[in-house]
Amino acid sequence: MIEMKNVSKAFGPKQVLRGIDLTVGTGESMVIIGGSGTGKSVTIKCILGIIRPDSGQILLDGKDVTKEDRDAFLARFGMLFQGGALFDSLPVWQNVAFRLLRGSLKKPKPEAREIAIEKLRRVGLAPDVADLFPAELSGGMQKRVGLARAIAAEPGIIFFDEPTTGLDPIMAGVINDLIREIVTEMGATAVTITHDMSSVRAIADHVAMLHAGKIRWTGPVSEMDNSGDPYVDQFIHGRAEGPIEAVR
Amino acid sequence: MNPLAALGRGTLDILATIGQIALYAFETVSHLLRPPFYPREFLHQLVAIGWLSLPVVGLTTLFTGGALALQIYAGGARFNAETVVPSIVAIGIARELGPVLAGLMVAGRVAASIAAEIGTMKVTEQIDALTTLSTNPMKYLTVPRVLAATLTMPLLVGIGDAIGIMGGYLVGIWRLDFNAANYMTNTVQFLETWDVVSGLIKAAMFGFIVATMGCFHGMNSGRGAQGVGRATTQAVVSASILILAANYVLTEVFFAA
Ligand SMILES: Nc1ncnc2c1ncn2[C@@H]1O[C@H](COP(=O)(O)OP(=O)(O)OP(=O)(O)O)[C@@H](O)[C@H]1O
Ligand SMILES: [Mg+2]
Repeated sequence: MIEMKNVSKAFGPKQVLRGIDLTVGTGESMVIIGGSGTGKSVTIKCILGIIRPDSGQILLDGKDVTKEDRDAFLARFGMLFQGGALFDSLPVWQNVAFRLLRGSLKKPKPEAREIAIEKLRRVGLAPDVADLFPAELSGGMQKRVGLARAIAAEPGIIFFDEPTTGLDPIMAGVINDLIREIVTEMGATAVTITHDMSSVRAIADHVAMLHAGKIRWTGPVSEMDNSGDPYVDQFIHGRAEGPIEAVR
Repeated sequence: MNPLAALGRGTLDILATIGQIALYAFETVSHLLRPPFYPREFLHQLVAIGWLSLPVVGLTTLFTGGALALQIYAGGARFNAETVVPSIVAIGIARELGPVLAGLMVAGRVAASIAAEIGTMKVTEQIDALTTLSTNPMKYLTVPRVLAATLTMPLLVGIGDAIGIMGGYLVGIWRLDFNAANYMTNTVQFLETWDVVSGLIKAAMFGFIVATMGCFHGMNSGRGAQGVGRATTQAVVSASILILAANYVLTEVFFAA
């Protein structure tokens, strides 16, 4: 279980998170929605410790993440970055198998390569992509390689920052199914950020909406349509008129 | 703004940066000694930093040795002491010009490319990605580069010294009518081991400075292409100045009477 308690973060004068309270249960798929620039990416980077929050507490299974052994903690996580963040000096398969080629999860090279190719297949990429370099791929292909890297070591907790952005509708469907499958079949905990409402409905058990630095609303996906919150309604229906200002 | 305040702020900023760099260098050394190690990265950097710098260093010392021979001949002629050319060229190259000029050239080549590479990785979140993949960027990126530069610089400078002395020799026999055999004997006779070794120790220090500055400025790169550009410039400038300062200090330590 991941718990964020009153987490705040500012960059210089700019207050991004103003006391986030969020709980993600083990084996649950949480989807975070919210306007562009509201701090969704910052929120998950805080959980991973890539960004240090100014105040508040983050607990993993009841233990403060800042006091835990970093390596053991990170070994449980997988992360898909919004921009892919592929290592451009390494070919695709070594990106995917990065964790399997060094450190505690090290496997023989041929085996690691085989796993990488299998993960690439799961995100809809053919084996011949394996030996290309990230710069030779399209944006959507890079995103899927990032996804394959996030799931390669089969972590228990996976963060997906906009997994379907930049993908065609069919590929988006494949990825939605994959994320759902990872949660239901492998029992992983997933936190997904997305702007795509059909993704939300396909992936989420629970939904949380971030607005003005706080969790505006959170609840099961089935209650999202009847939340009674004008902010949530405006967001899920994509209306220009409403309490959320269009200029941010 | 009050000009005095601006000056004070600038000074404080510089002091803060010096502190950060010192801490960073210390951290690098501490990671150097603790596993995990990444030998493949290290081998890769040996080639990128050491082997590929050889032409630059060789050409630099070759021409410098030649020019030095001409100057010392001209200066020596004023005291009818032209025969000192071979030994002074050798001593000058081995003690000072070899390590310093090679260091500055490598600073331009290596510090810049390290800062640009790591800075780009930082800006595109690749450094964050490394962390989430349980790989410490200090160990994976910084240590192999710093170690490779520190170990290969003495080798580069050793080869550079030989090429520089050869530059002096070529000018000596072709332009200054030295006897080839005499030039060689004079070079070897007056050059002491410590002349060369002190230069190689300097070189190791300069290699450490170059790679550390490249990594430090890359890791602290600002956002976007502009941030990377600034990091690259700062890496080269700070590496060059630190090399010259360190050269003075080491010379003082080694040769002060
Ligand atoms: N490293 C940083 N330094 C300074 N400001 C930052 C940094 N990272 C994020 N911000 C700021 O924090 C705010 C939230 O950024 P974040 O990336 O979390 O937005 P987001 O909700 O993920 O938006 P999007 O949906 O567009 O990805 C933005 O205004 C951004 O400018
Ligand atoms: Mg984002």
